[in-house]
Amino acid sequence: MTLTLNDYLLVSGLLFAIGFAGVILRRNIIIIFMCLELMLNAANLSLVAFSRFHVGANGLPNYNAQVLVFFIITVAAAEVAVGLAIIVALYRARQTTHVEDINSLKF
Amino acid sequence: MNPLLFWFFACLMLGFGVAVVANRNPVASALCLVVCFLGLAALFIGLDAYFIGVIQILVYAGAVMVLFLFIIMLLDLKAEERRKINAVALLGGGVVSVAFMFQIAAVLRNFPEGRKPFPELNLESLPGHRLDDLRQVGETLFAIHNLPFQVVGVLILVATIGVVILSRRELK
Repeated sequence: MTLTLNDYLLVSGLLFAIGFAGVILRRNIIIIFMCLELMLNAANLSLVAFSRFHVGANGLPNYNAQVLVFFIITVAAAEVAVGLAIIVALYRARQTTHVEDINSLKF
Repeated sequence: MNPLLFWFFACLMLGFGVAVVANRNPVASALCLVVCFLGLAALFIGLDAYFIGVIQILVYAGAVMVLFLFIIMLLDLKAEERRKINAVALLGGGVVSVAFMFQIAAVLRNFPEGRKPFPELNLESLPGHRLDDLRQVGETLFAIHNLPFQVVGVLILVATIGVVILSRRELK
């Protein structure tokens, strides 16, 4: 039994589905934010698997994909900082992190 | 990577991923997410991406999760009381996730490339015949993707200023 690319893509798809289900099912805005991180990481896993699968003429993995993962991690870190600052500001204004209590933009 | 190790870390990651969604207590969710990220870092290292694995642990399991826990404790969130479960959201979330899994399975079934094993690396050209993936990532980053790298620097500066302005006491 050897590992194939499909194994990694399947695990990555499962992780994405878990994160997606969390975003839809959960009502706490911080948990929703954590599930977004899960989805980003699922994309990272498939990128790294593709990088290792695509061995170039020099016999090394394709490092463009790993640089893309590096950028994704950087942008995700910045996104977490801004998102949590928004959540703190929201909590100060409304004293809640429950998405159903925050509906002033709802049509 | 040894297939047993792969499946061990994959199941660890997916199991704690489910625990993130299922836990009612936000602190427990955040700690489950840390374990999930550690399993993911192990998978990265198994794919010979040592640098990505290490920054996954440092940035995600370290910095980002500390920030999450810090905010959860700062807001003093209690475990969610049981509200009336929204049947439409439950049904919708379940159906969309299962449909997504079927989609992935259908795509993977028609993807014969993906059933080949991973090709061997050829380390003859490298000094010491060892994979120096940090140097490879650095060379790719600075030689080929230099402009995006600088743009990301500006992005982080903007995010820092944005966070400072957002967390002022009076939002004007």
